[in-house]
Amino acid sequence: MEALLKVEDLKLYFRTTKGVVQAVDGVSFELASHTAMVIVGESGCGKSSLAKAILRLLPRNTHTYTGKIYIDGIDAMSLSDEQFRRQIRWQKISYVAQAAMNALNPVIKVGSQVAEPLLIHRRMRKEEALRKVVETFQIVGVPTDFVDRYPFELSGGMRQRAVIAMALVTNPKLVILDEPTSALDVLTQANIMNALKRIKEEFELTYILITHDIATSSELAERAMVMYAGQIVELGNAGHFYLEPLHPYSQKLMASVPTLREDKELDFIPGQPPSLINPPAGCRFAPRCHKRFSACDREPPMVDYKDGRKIKCHLYA
Amino acid sequence: MKRLWETLQELTRFKSALVGLGILAFIVALAIYTVIAIPYGEAVRLWRGGEDVWRYNPVNAKPAWISYFTPRKLPQTRVLRSEEHAQMEEETVGKTSRKVTITYQFRYTADLPPSELALVYKPVFKKKSPLVSVTWVTPDGREYTFGRITVKSVSVHGRYWYSVSRDQKLVQLFGTQNVEEGLFCRADDPKRVQKGDHRVVITAYLFEPDASIETELVLYGTVHGLAGTDHLRRDIMVGLLWGTPVALSFGLAASLGTMITSVIIAALGAWFGGFVDSLIQRLTEIRMIIPTLPILIMVGMFFSKSIWVILATLLVLNIIESSVKNYRAIFLQEKNAPYIEAARSYGAGHMRIIFRYLIPRVIPWLIPSFVLAVPSYVFLEAALAVLGLGDPVLPTWGKVLSDAYGRGALFQGHYYWVLEPAFMLMVTGFGFTMIGHALDRIFNPRLREI
Amino acid sequence: MQDQALISVKNLHKWFELRKWGFIHVGFVRAVDGVDFDIQHGEAVTFVGESGCGKSTLARTILGLYQPTKGEIFFEGKRLQRLGRWYRSQVGYIQQDPYGALPPFMNVRRILLEPMVVNRWGTRAERERRIREVLEEVKLTPVEDFIGKFPHMLSGGQQQRVVIARSIVLNPKLLVADEPVSMLDASVRVEILQLLQRVQEAHNLGVVYITHDLSTVRYFSERIFVMYAAKLVEKAPVRELIHNPLHPYTRALLDAIPDPDPENAFKFKEVPPGEPPSLLNPPPGCRFHPRCKDKIEGLCDREIPPEFEPVPNHYVSCWLYK
Repeated sequence: MEALLKVEDLKLYFRTTKGVVQAVDGVSFELASHTAMVIVGESGCGKSSLAKAILRLLPRNTHTYTGKIYIDGIDAMSLSDEQFRRQIRWQKISYVAQAAMNALNPVIKVGSQVAEPLLIHRRMRKEEALRKVVETFQIVGVPTDFVDRYPFELSGGMRQRAVIAMALVTNPKLVILDEPTSALDVLTQANIMNALKRIKEEFELTYILITHDIATSSELAERAMVMYAGQIVELGNAGHFYLEPLHPYSQKLMASVPTLREDKELDFIPGQPPSLINPPAGCRFAPRCHKRFSACDREPPMVDYKDGRKIKCHLYA
Repeated sequence: MKRLWETLQELTRFKSALVGLGILAFIVALAIYTVIAIPYGEAVRLWRGGEDVWRYNPVNAKPAWISYFTPRKLPQTRVLRSEEHAQMEEETVGKTSRKVTITYQFRYTADLPPSELALVYKPVFKKKSPLVSVTWVTPDGREYTFGRITVKSVSVHGRYWYSVSRDQKLVQLFGTQNVEEGLFCRADDPKRVQKGDHRVVITAYLFEPDASIETELVLYGTVHGLAGTDHLRRDIMVGLLWGTPVALSFGLAASLGTMITSVIIAALGAWFGGFVDSLIQRLTEIRMIIPTLPILIMVGMFFSKSIWVILATLLVLNIIESSVKNYRAIFLQEKNAPYIEAARSYGAGHMRIIFRYLIPRVIPWLIPSFVLAVPSYVFLEAALAVLGLGDPVLPTWGKVLSDAYGRGALFQGHYYWVLEPAFMLMVTGFGFTMIGHALDRIFNPRLREI
Repeated sequence: MQDQALISVKNLHKWFELRKWGFIHVGFVRAVDGVDFDIQHGEAVTFVGESGCGKSTLARTILGLYQPTKGEIFFEGKRLQRLGRWYRSQVGYIQQDPYGALPPFMNVRRILLEPMVVNRWGTRAERERRIREVLEEVKLTPVEDFIGKFPHMLSGGQQQRVVIARSIVLNPKLLVADEPVSMLDASVRVEILQLLQRVQEAHNLGVVYITHDLSTVRYFSERIFVMYAAKLVEKAPVRELIHNPLHPYTRALLDAIPDPDPENAFKFKEVPPGEPPSLLNPPPGCRFHPRCKDKIEGLCDREIPPEFEPVPNHYVSCWLYK
């Protein structure tokens, strides 16, 4: 199957007063159409920066932004900013930012805010756009009369749905969801996950779900990517990843997830993730790794393991 | 302390702040120097002055450095003392009288005539005062005899001032020209100075055996010192110098005083809420519609013009100023912060929470606004002085401006008189603003660049 | 003494008055509405519930930050009227957001010193010794590396350790932990939970552990109280509750919690419709009945269910078990 999204050696560095932060450092992956991929990792591992790099939402202090991104066959890196905005953003890829539900403008009606992408990217008339918003609200499960309400009149779950509606309203192919449920209650979270699953099937969508909550991520995942210190350390099918993680970091991460139903001894990863300014040479996880050996001083290769899995670790070389 | 040092280090990253710090350092150094070099009492004496203190200064002279910008050579003030610059001859006339001849011979090369001429007699006698007359021989040989007077009344310092410029005979003689031009300019071209040697002969008759006389010939220049002089011959430098510590202390005291008190009041209101808060809010609102300037003017008119009384009034007025509302908004947000709740949970009392937890939290916001507020108070002091409410004894920048304004300095071409204090005000404001904005960038996370 | 409950809460209510323009009475937000429970010495109890169910208000009322509207709290048999300093030194408080819980302008020493200064605890040397002691206890070692640091120089996990250190510095008997790990990274969560457990066991502390995340509960506490719309609907030992949930709300809650399992992606979850009721105007009868698929018409929507004990030590407020 043709990949919907193909990323090659993507780098995004930021300039700070303390030095250059290598937030995304040489990330390559492919994502087939109509699949959901989760990106998991600790906070500060670069997963949100990766989303921003794909969407070219770059802050002012961007230092390096290189690599190749192909979206639906279009070489996105060759586009100018204006072309990118017209052809890619909200046309091909839309984005639900972290805590977007709290970023709704409190003095503008929800419907008008959700209609915004249509007015900008589709140049629709307002009435037409609002009709489309009502349609989308039905899909994500927001009562349609909420179109005329203000954000503070909606519960957290409803606001989150409205934000998801805003990402869906232009019928994109790929939706990037950055922690879409992390501030919500368990029941609401389950509700939204249900909705996301249903929408994916109905509209043949492709998802990238960014989260630090591994248990919740399993609700949606078909593919799983683990990031550590700006790099991919493991990439594979969700079925393999959740049952048998391979990279020592993935293993530790999985062992630290508390489970409700089965008894298991919880584990944790000692130490801190490295600073992305001057990350350690060789394997970046080596200082915290329980399986470290002499080879770890060198940069580990991306190993192609069986079942199409990729692991950045000397153990599998 | 460590954080202060870190902040300073971070400040040096901003070029504007470096400029600001440089200016501030200069101003502070100037202020310290002034207070040490010219103690308060001395400053007041100098500024009140009277003619005696400044007698040897020209009136409304420009600053001396002006001569660097003009091709003409401007005259400085010269005081020629008979002991040093003249030859004295004495001969006995009759029984007890003596005739003293004091002959000055000096070269004049400036391109402008002196601004004023005076002769100072320092006679010593018991009853019979000496009789003097003057003969002035110009370089081109003209000879004028004038000033035949008895040196009768003598001031406390033993000096008798005779204004050559106002000598009746000379004034009549030169007609439309003034006396200085008459004596120093060429006969054929009354606007050009005749350079060369002047000879001034003073003949004095002394009528007592113990009597003596010394003289000084004062050729007032048209430039003086670093800052020039005003209409009362005062050196404007004194005003500029003493204006520095006054402006600094007034600005800092007013800014710090109003900030501290209004922060405390805002914190009390925000923390206790209810009646206390409402009362403070209403008072603030009432205060916001009362204009400050008229009240300060009234206090100045009816009560006291002392700068410290004005400062106190300003403090009282600004304690419940609109900034209380701003601080209150911050405190209302902060009072629900988890760490405040934690402090309550381990039993910290109201006062401890307000002073140890709430107020320290807003200090990062306060520091820039404190620094930025300093110039506005410095300007306010100057504005009050221009309105005639300046401190009556202290020399300040505002007072200098006020004098300049009152004497129509700009209409008479005395630009320096206005520009100098204005420059000091501007530089001070500039320095504080530069630092303030840099501090704002450091402390205010929203302005902070990553 | 051991048979006397550490803290005993009887029919506790905390209502907040809602006013329009500051004086017109609109109604009461019933954040805690008739709650009873006992916690023994050295027992850890979890309060679980969704946001807005009143669990944080309950925590604050226990801490004495709010004065109860009605009902009583007994601490070691003593009725708490006005909460004096003595009581405050008996209860430690651990908050959700470790960065917000630490005054950013104080260093670690000052932060730990504050409770002792406020409560006039010990001499200067004793205080200094105690600071070192608690820092070692929360594993912020070597102590010298941390004692002078400001909160922003510490990682989230380290900040939460400082918060824990502060909560135990006065040797309390009860800890109130309001979502202590929900803001932390998954890899750090376990570390902090284990630390809390160690501290609890070492000092035989009673713990009120408040969370919305049931999956962390089993690693920490002995009993779970489930809270829904300002009331406790179910109280049971952890294992019993997880394997035999009785209240329909508890069941829904447990069903909604995912374990990391690739199968999840192919299943839809059953979630009760609607959202929790407004605490300003809660529904009559059982507060869950509008969302409950097992509700008994005429009973659940009229009568408030009392507490039943269908299984020993397992209490549930639901008419299904009358």
